[in-house]
Amino acid sequence: MCTSIAMPHPSEAYSAPSDLRRTGAKKLKGGRRAGWGWRSFAPRFIFPVMSGFAISVQNLAKKFGDIVAVDDLSFDVREGDIVGLLGGNGAGKTTTISMILGLLIPTSGSLEVLGTDMLRHRYRVLSRLNFSSPYVDLPKRLTSRENLMVYAKLYGIRNPAGRLCALADDLDIGGFLDRPFGALSSGQKTRVSLAKSLLNEPDLLLLDEPTASLDPDTADWVRTYLKNFQQERGATVLLASHNMAEVERLCDDVLVMKQGKIVDRDSPAGLLARYGQANLEEVFLDIARDRTTVQRNGAA
Amino acid sequence: MSGSRRNGYLFSGRRVGAMVLRYFYLLRGSVPRIVELAYWPTMQMLIWGFMSQFLAQHSEWFLQAGGILIAAVLLWDVMFRSNIGVSISFLEEMWSRNLGQLFASPLRPYEWAVSLLAISAIRTLIGVVPAALLAIPLYHYSIFDMGLPLVAFFTNLLVFGAAVGLAVSGLVLRCGLGAESLAWAVIFAVAPLSGIYYPISTLPDWLQPVAYSLPSAHVFEGMRAAAIDGVFLTDRFVWAVSLNVVYLALGMGAFLLAFRGARQRGQLLQMGE
Repeated sequence: MCTSIAMPHPSEAYSAPSDLRRTGAKKLKGGRRAGWGWRSFAPRFIFPVMSGFAISVQNLAKKFGDIVAVDDLSFDVREGDIVGLLGGNGAGKTTTISMILGLLIPTSGSLEVLGTDMLRHRYRVLSRLNFSSPYVDLPKRLTSRENLMVYAKLYGIRNPAGRLCALADDLDIGGFLDRPFGALSSGQKTRVSLAKSLLNEPDLLLLDEPTASLDPDTADWVRTYLKNFQQERGATVLLASHNMAEVERLCDDVLVMKQGKIVDRDSPAGLLARYGQANLEEVFLDIARDRTTVQRNGAA
Repeated sequence: MSGSRRNGYLFSGRRVGAMVLRYFYLLRGSVPRIVELAYWPTMQMLIWGFMSQFLAQHSEWFLQAGGILIAAVLLWDVMFRSNIGVSISFLEEMWSRNLGQLFASPLRPYEWAVSLLAISAIRTLIGVVPAALLAIPLYHYSIFDMGLPLVAFFTNLLVFGAAVGLAVSGLVLRCGLGAESLAWAVIFAVAPLSGIYYPISTLPDWLQPVAYSLPSAHVFEGMRAAAIDGVFLTDRFVWAVSLNVVYLALGMGAFLLAFRGARQRGQLLQMGE
């Protein structure tokens, strides 16, 4: 029988102390700018992840023929942050995440993940990333246990059975681990997919609409679990969503995308204050419908 | 945090093993799939076995040639099973919309290709060995009597079938699931030129060089020499191996090129049923 050793169950009160967060990353946030010291001049292979940014994107663009999916995107995500990628359908969220993962080759621009150039050396860091998306699936005819075992081996987990047991307890999936993945409900599938995305205890977790098509109870469960995971592990999370409540609840920082560009960036509270709205949904509508006259990025 | 993980290498047998395990799980989970693997080779062997017996009663050549048609059909099945073993395993990932998950992991595309070759060999053995064993009591013919040359024929046909399978998989990756019927069809274009049931000299003069550009033609010529004359034609073997090196490189190249194209077009996340 599996015994939980890794994380508190999400149903328990959320109480992860702040000192469990990655201290190095937090210090970087409040103080010095990472990458300005002598280490900037050291070869990358000696200090590959010292920039303080989990993701650093410069002038990233992706065109499919005449269609511009992502247009001159530049942003950084600090280590240990949960950053929301907010935008409507076709805003470029999934395209951006795909490029960060290396599943999609950009038309132009540069992209560093955990200090590594993803366009040239993505295999150096892929074992430290993971992701979950409704646009991909796990093989339906394999059981959840078999699926997770295969991915544990792909990610080089040293004790796959033990890790699987810990995740089964954490995510409460033990009851259906031996059922075919295709026979599970949406909520159960989401939990198994989440387990897959946490198998390697990723330093950077990319989530594309993690609660899409879930009932409110399961969605809430998933959000609480993710928050706990991030707090415990100090991982960086990039979360693409058009669920405003989710972004408001989980994210330290929000990137708002529209037509392939970042049109605004701030903390949820900052966005609400600047747009003078009560919730992010209204902010989103302001941006989507170009009906805003409020301050953007501090300018009138 | 990263203590429980092992860093990636340029080539990892563990990742190849993980993918073979994935296809093994799929096979193990369905008895009809396993039965189906052996069903078609067995049916082919039965038909050609009875045909051999009939022809032996009416032809001195067939009487002397023994089970040459049975050997031919079994070896053709090695090539065919190897080909669709690669293609079907590849298509499984597309049908299950799993490509995005796979290639966000440290798995390299060439490791995936190697795992496809490995599972294809396993599927071929599961399919062809029962039919070969059944031929012994039914027709008093054992293909295993060929000895070591059989290993050479089997390996060459396995590799050639897999090379074609890789190229076809690349084509499906390029064109999408609308082209999936190619997985079954393409290998049949090779069959008439391979001289499975007749010598290459039967073909028109102008077609014979084309036939000899295929490793399978050299293998089946070699098989006939071994079965009828009891000799192993080393030159045919060397030609088959050399051509296989070229075809495998071309198949792998086509596959990797299609994979890179899929990354450029964003198909790894989109492709699926």
